[in-house]
Amino acid sequence: MSRVLKTIPYEEYLLRGNAACPGCGAELTLRYVLKALGPKTIMVIPACCTSVIAGPYPRTAFNVPVLHIAFAASAAAASGIAEAVEQLGKKDVNVVVWAGDGGTVDIGLQALSGAAERNHNLFYICYDNEAYMNTGIQKSGSTPYGAWTTTTPTGNKGFKKDLPTIMKAHGVPYIATLNPAFPNDILAKINKAKKIRGFKYFHALSPCPPGWRFDSSTTIEVARMAVLTGMWILYEWDRGIFRLTGPSRGLLNKEKRKHVIEYLKLQGRFRHISKEDIEILQEYVDNKWEEIKSLIGNK
Amino acid sequence: MTRMVLTGNHAAAYAVKLSRPDVISVYPITPQTSVIEKLSEFVENGELNARFIRVESEHSAMAAVLGAASVGARVYTATSSQGLLYMYEVCWWTAGARLPIVMGVVTRAIAPPWSIWTDHSDILTLRDSGWIILFASDVQEVFDLTIQAYKIAETVNLPVAVGWDAFVVSHAIEPLDILSQEEVDKFLPKKKVSEHMLKVEDPFSLGNLTYPEDYMEFRYDIWKAQKKALDVISNVDEEYGELSGRRYGGTVEKNMCDDADMVLFIIGAASGDAIEAATLLRRKGLKVGVCRIRSMRPFPSDEVIKIAENVKIIGTFDRDISLGCGGIIGVEIRAVTKERGLDVPVIEYIGGIGGRDLRVQDFVEIFNDMDKLSRKGVRFERRWIGLKEEFEKGEINV
Repeated sequence: MSRVLKTIPYEEYLLRGNAACPGCGAELTLRYVLKALGPKTIMVIPACCTSVIAGPYPRTAFNVPVLHIAFAASAAAASGIAEAVEQLGKKDVNVVVWAGDGGTVDIGLQALSGAAERNHNLFYICYDNEAYMNTGIQKSGSTPYGAWTTTTPTGNKGFKKDLPTIMKAHGVPYIATLNPAFPNDILAKINKAKKIRGFKYFHALSPCPPGWRFDSSTTIEVARMAVLTGMWILYEWDRGIFRLTGPSRGLLNKEKRKHVIEYLKLQGRFRHISKEDIEILQEYVDNKWEEIKSLIGNK
Repeated sequence: MTRMVLTGNHAAAYAVKLSRPDVISVYPITPQTSVIEKLSEFVENGELNARFIRVESEHSAMAAVLGAASVGARVYTATSSQGLLYMYEVCWWTAGARLPIVMGVVTRAIAPPWSIWTDHSDILTLRDSGWIILFASDVQEVFDLTIQAYKIAETVNLPVAVGWDAFVVSHAIEPLDILSQEEVDKFLPKKKVSEHMLKVEDPFSLGNLTYPEDYMEFRYDIWKAQKKALDVISNVDEEYGELSGRRYGGTVEKNMCDDADMVLFIIGAASGDAIEAATLLRRKGLKVGVCRIRSMRPFPSDEVIKIAENVKIIGTFDRDISLGCGGIIGVEIRAVTKERGLDVPVIEYIGGIGGRDLRVQDFVEIFNDMDKLSRKGVRFERRWIGLKEEFEKGEINV
């Protein structure tokens, strides 16, 4: 499969020489997100891998202004920026939180919930590498069932928290999932969201070579397989209307989806997983898709 | 100038309105609530053109004003006690990021056990953070100091906390002079957007990871800004005095200190009782004075020394306690006198904790005690004022 990425801008706002690990899925998504957002963007970044990716003082890998902020504070800090830029008469500035899964689904959830309920005009993007990767692969509320982390050495017993659905319950105008294997989908969603006033929530699967235990040359393969197995579903909620996007559009029928094992076997973090646990995960995925079926066309 | 009758909290709200903030972000806590209720009225009836963010926690209240200030907005928040502790992490972030935020702290004891009454342990937890800590003693001063705080904060690029006592000041109703908008605008012009504000035209990062080769200089720079703030506080007090006719003495307010043999150092509203006691004792020939500390950070060491050099004995009154160490003012004044090589006796008094009532008579007894200890040649003593006798003797425990 080949596709011309003719819609992707040449301009770079995440500069070369940044400190991301080779094959970092988050860095790829960030690069596309910033290309779509453009230069009139202010980033808010809590404690996460990107605090390091940005590079140490006095340099920065960002060609847009960045406020680094305490772990639990990003959505609130962005609320303040979003209100302030409007009050100070600055037009068309994108205020963007870029936070990891720990900073979003765990410690940052209260501030995120508040900011979403107040419907500030900002973007909140969670790059989800499914554990506390920056501190060395500890389990987060976003770690999938069965996955090894340094604090779940025999595999995670719980299931991943479904943040986009929690955001849906807040009634925010736009919600979308992202995946670095599908850059056109990322650009289309960010570009659409730029035209929407209010709170925009994005949840981006971010394969992590050191944390998920795969070779850094296979990030895109892992990311793509997450979609093809249905483990990661590409969709958007645009002002209440649910829509599948990208390859996920063709995966409603279970027969079209690959078995989850195709995704699991690419990653060392699932190496120990039992047959029973694989079937538990497959059932979990199938149930998610049953929920999706009920959402199609629903307002 | 208009004469009004207001509570301390409403005086703060009027001062904030006249300071023309761009963004206010607050979370309710007793006894701060009437500050933010009044401010929300001002915003909603159009008297104040500001964004009012009703956040879901104090952690977010401080983070939101931090974010707003990082792009150049003038901001305000207010809190008390548990709320301050909940936002504590972000308070340090604000100081480290050098953002000129103004916060009202209606001082309240810390739980458990639950208490909504005044003591100063909450605001003094900020003392190592880089925040400037100012403390008012009455309704008029809450108003004056809040406006001054913006000028101080924006001059040295540090956040400023303005404290006042729960209920004793926050809900006490007193007459005060309110400056006109024109007068305040002249004193406090529109905020200039400083070099290190985030702007899309000139990208830079605030708070990047910093290695040991550079981190220490950031802290040293705050240290220098705190030192500079000593003069700034005095100059702002003077400039404000020209406008309002009210001068408080800068970092300290000296009452009968010039020829005193004994001076009591104190912060907050109880200073009024201490001054009353000193006035009574002066009539009886006891040469006593009261030095009210208005700035706990930066600590007015030089002013303390000027007094300490000329007295026989110093008393310190703490409506706070650093548990396991001592009264915070007491400990700091002993440190300063030692630092400057002065061998003056310092008697430490701790009282009024958790809102326990303080009366003029308590301070009369304190001065008499200081007089007695001075005659005996006692160098140091720590006394809890108003403690139930059976507890002091250890006959009963909680």
